[in-house]
Amino acid sequence: MTRTRKPGVSRRATLAMMGAGAVSFATPFGTPWVARAQAKTIKVGMPTILSGRVAQLGTSSRNAVMLEVEKVNASGGLAGRQIEMVIRDSKGQPQEAARVARELVNTDGCEILIDAEASSGAFAVHEVARDLGVLCLHTNSETSALTADPKQHIPNAFRTARQGVHDSIVGGSYAAAIAKAKGLKKWATCSPDYAYGRDTTGEYVTYLKRFAPDIEIISESWPKLFQPDYTEVVTKILQAKPQALYSCLWGGDLTSYIDQANIYALFSQMEVFAVNMADYTALTVVKNLPKGIHSGNRYIKTYPATPENAAWGDAYKAKYNEYPTNWSWENATAIMLLAEASKKANSADGKKIAEALRGLKIKSPFGADGTVTMRAEDQTLVGYAIGWGTTIPQEPYVPKVEAGDWKTIFELEAEWKKSKGYT
Amino acid sequence: MDLDALTGCLASSACLVTQTTSGFIIGMLLFLVAVGLTLIFGVLKVVNFSHGAFYMFGAYFAMTAYQFSGSFALAMLCGAAGTAILGLIFERVFMSRVYGADVLMQLLVCYAFVLIFDDVVRMIWGPEFKSMGMPAAFQVVPLFIAGGVVPPYYLLLIGVALAAAMILGLGLARTRIGKVIRAAAHNPGMVSALGINTGLIYGGVFALGGMLAGLAGALAAPVRSLTPGMGFSVLIESFIVTVIGGMGSILGALIGALLIGMIRSFGSLGFPLFTEGLMYLFMVIVLVSRPTGLFGKEVA
Repeated sequence: MTRTRKPGVSRRATLAMMGAGAVSFATPFGTPWVARAQAKTIKVGMPTILSGRVAQLGTSSRNAVMLEVEKVNASGGLAGRQIEMVIRDSKGQPQEAARVARELVNTDGCEILIDAEASSGAFAVHEVARDLGVLCLHTNSETSALTADPKQHIPNAFRTARQGVHDSIVGGSYAAAIAKAKGLKKWATCSPDYAYGRDTTGEYVTYLKRFAPDIEIISESWPKLFQPDYTEVVTKILQAKPQALYSCLWGGDLTSYIDQANIYALFSQMEVFAVNMADYTALTVVKNLPKGIHSGNRYIKTYPATPENAAWGDAYKAKYNEYPTNWSWENATAIMLLAEASKKANSADGKKIAEALRGLKIKSPFGADGTVTMRAEDQTLVGYAIGWGTTIPQEPYVPKVEAGDWKTIFELEAEWKKSKGYT
Repeated sequence: MDLDALTGCLASSACLVTQTTSGFIIGMLLFLVAVGLTLIFGVLKVVNFSHGAFYMFGAYFAMTAYQFSGSFALAMLCGAAGTAILGLIFERVFMSRVYGADVLMQLLVCYAFVLIFDDVVRMIWGPEFKSMGMPAAFQVVPLFIAGGVVPPYYLLLIGVALAAAMILGLGLARTRIGKVIRAAAHNPGMVSALGINTGLIYGGVFALGGMLAGLAGALAAPVRSLTPGMGFSVLIESFIVTVIGGMGSILGALIGALLIGMIRSFGSLGFPLFTEGLMYLFMVIVLVSRPTGLFGKEVA
């Protein structure tokens, strides 16, 4: 192309300006978010998702951690050592999550990892924890295999998140009762195409069929994670004409899906069971929330209906001017457990805390009976409040939650583990 | 692979209507983004890798305008006009300085701005996803045509995109400014020698491309969640459309976008686990049989 260049800034000068601009823009996002603390600190590294479509959940993880760290530090820290959080953005990419986790330990000197990644990144961080032997608490990944599969087991990794199989047992029995009452025999599924989506949907269908054996899955859709357009998925489900739909889409994917399905009037044509609907992330963002969607509880300050839970939700909102999320309570629980384990071990040493964590039961605003337990056998959290209910478009969003029964969960989970060859 | 579902759909008028409309919706939204991309390439000979950012800005501008005014029409106008202005500024201040530079340099500059624009959106609107919500006028029962389901909002979307395609096509073919733009694409030196301000033409074309992407973003805002970086996946699909249609061809962008839309729509029935793959496979087939794309020689 022949073109007379006008006098002005040279290309080199432009690039230099752009470079300077890029640095000034990148600085707030490229550097770690460090909560400054006094000397004699213990550094806790936290890779999480602070950009992209899941950023709200990552931010809510960070907020919850900081809320609890302030309390722990105010009461003396971990065995007298103040906690200093080093929080980095993984952008939701597994390879970046692993790189950041390794750097947090090797370069920044973090002695403990809070792995606040989605399942896509949690398995990558898990391998870093296996390699480095550092104490790691997975706080967001709900893929059951992360702790249930013995091949994944390492003594230094724990999970303080829900488990997909727990949700599926409770959700399956809840949905089966509705299916029997309303004669919902033809079902469709629509879940994200990665570990959490595949595993959780499979487990849900297993328990749905266990409690209502005449149910048939007539259509499956597996949109990719963070897919912008669900039109073809929505129309495919409409073609199949199911009586009910199950989905474990979440966050921005779920809101996109709801917005697009709404204009096809999909929600009036079938009964919808969306396990991740009852979280403030989706409840408060979706403008035209259809009523009557069945959902598992994620974080709702009205369930469990205790003063402790309501107070925790209000404290979070007072500090951050928004409601917490499902990832918030899971991360808060990690810090609560760390603090109690450190007290029990009278040490901030990772190995000693790990020892103390196994089987540790603590008081918790999120517990079904006011407590949660870090189960020793597979180092995963149990006893948290779990239930299903139907949504309404305004607060309290899920007015009535049917509580899951942990006795049943334990029995069926043991069977499930056996069937998978995990025990 | 579920060929029974696909053949069953082809034999059902209801399914055909729903899936064809679905293909049109996906295709026309892609077209609006891709046509800007192809127009900029055709005239400016720049592969504008930052084009997806204009789609993102269009969505955010529309959402903000809608939140303040409650007017859907104003939201669309702000989405399109805002990105046109942004495109003009971007072209004059930055892109105009890398014309004629190595393509890798152009890509690097564009990619830098993809990251910068994402961060700007993050700083202004926050990192969390947003939802504009469907205007009340379109919160209505969908139409049932021959048993198929067609949402009224999507009819509007298809209509706006088709109108844009027609105005653009006719404008370039029949108007004086269109002829100047086409002349500038073929021989900018001669156009400049005739005393026509090529800088103005380039800036105008870039603004027009940005406006079309912004309009696509604004139209998508009521049905898609808004998040920093949302333009990237749209950009990739738009590149596929542009390559299939032929770089620089507006008709190619339209046909390419519709083909991709139909592949996605019907592919989701017959090849549910290979819908994405089908899109790339189709691109490979086109490029192997016709390396310049379907309408590669028809430069705008």
